Amino acid sequence: MIVIIDYGISNLKSVKNILEVIGAEVIISNKKEDIEKAERIILPGVGSFDEGIGNLEKLGLIEILRKEVLEKKKPFLGICLGMQLLATKGNEGRENKGLNFIPGEVKRLKLKKEFKVPHVGWDDIIIKKETPLFNGMTKDKNFYFVHSYYFIPESDECIVATCNYDKEFVCAIQKGNIFATQFHPEKSQINGMKFMENFIKWKP
Amino acid sequence: MLKKRLIPVLLLKNGRMIKTKQFDKYRDVGNPITAAKIYDAQWADELVFLDILASIEERKNLIQIIDRVSEECFMPLTVGGGVKTIEDIKTLLNAGADKISINSAAVENPEFIKEASKKFGSANIVVSIDYKNVDGKNLVFTHGGKKQTNLDPVEWAKEVEKLGAGEILINCIDRDGMMNGYDIETIKKIANSVNIPVIACGGAGTLQDFADAINIGQASAVAAGSLFHFTDQNLIKTRSFMKERGLSVRHV
Repeated sequence: MIVIIDYGISNLKSVKNILEVIGAEVIISNKKEDIEKAERIILPGVGSFDEGIGNLEKLGLIEILRKEVLEKKKPFLGICLGMQLLATKGNEGRENKGLNFIPGEVKRLKLKKEFKVPHVGWDDIIIKKETPLFNGMTKDKNFYFVHSYYFIPESDECIVATCNYDKEFVCAIQKGNIFATQFHPEKSQINGMKFMENFIKWKP
Repeated sequence: MLKKRLIPVLLLKNGRMIKTKQFDKYRDVGNPITAAKIYDAQWADELVFLDILASIEERKNLIQIIDRVSEECFMPLTVGGGVKTIEDIKTLLNAGADKISINSAAVENPEFIKEASKKFGSANIVVSIDYKNVDGKNLVFTHGGKKQTNLDPVEWAKEVEKLGAGEILINCIDRDGMMNGYDIETIKKIANSVNIPVIACGGAGTLQDFADAINIGQASAVAAGSLFHFTDQNLIKTRSFMKERGLSVRHV
């Protein structure tokens, strides 16, 4: 069973829908017992860093995630804000401490004038490290993005894919059982579905 | 490279999909869920749903539609129509919307844009601007084109960006449903005045109109209703047309 973490501000339903279509057993919850029972964990994300980390804290989810993801090493997927929250530090709204599961900082995209921010729409990704999660993609490997902030990891080792939008930024990271994407697989039609299929079979 | 988005607009009323001309003369054009599925099959880059009534009663229909569409179409869904409160936004996001479009409430209470973008992240808040030419001057209209304001659309676009809007959907009421081309001049003015993406809407009648809105108007995305509903120019044809003209569109 896969649990989608409900922390108040996300497009939980879209994530659940795509998983159900590919035949996964999935629940949306923020209850300790559900998260403990789950084999895989997804932290989705639509919203701001400030609000996101605040809600995780309020709901007592930080400790639970630490235990289930870092100690028990359950396969974990962070999406968009769910990727950014893995960082050490965020700067949206105000400076905030993140989960620090993958050391790094989240900063606002500062780009040349002709590059609009937020970075919204379909963009190609550049795979930097082989991973079964990107098996079977279309030739273009495009995914849907919608974000104004991006993750700058402390170490290059975790970088799986990047995207070029004025500058090259990291759009997929992995550290052991933790995988995260800046793009939204649940909104990326065929590539997204393939990615999710790969995730539910993933053995890190 | 970031793709230029092709976005069908689905206008809703009482749970049905309609088309208007200059925000008037409603025509029923079918079931929105069926239409959404067709657009999905043709690889639309995003869908915009705008409910033109969106009273409390009507909202139930809207939520139901989004709920159903999001079960089958795994693509970005932007939803608007009568969004006034944080609670409205939450309900639509929970139903499966990804981005929320705010129109009249943004004019009535600009602080609402700030509040919404702070809470949900500015990338997910779209401000939609409807305008009409009145005695040679463009003015913003709210409430489905019924209420005139004294706001200039370009100035208002700059203001909503400052308040935290993540995207602007501009719709020229005079051109709505007329299929005689976008108001390229205003699109360009707005796109050059803000640093957030601009979606052009209102007037697309030929595929060349899309190319013009992007090349001349500097729009990040092009939206259309009639062209996708009433002509044989579907999204697949549109995409190859754009590709042939060197525009960056999605390969599928």
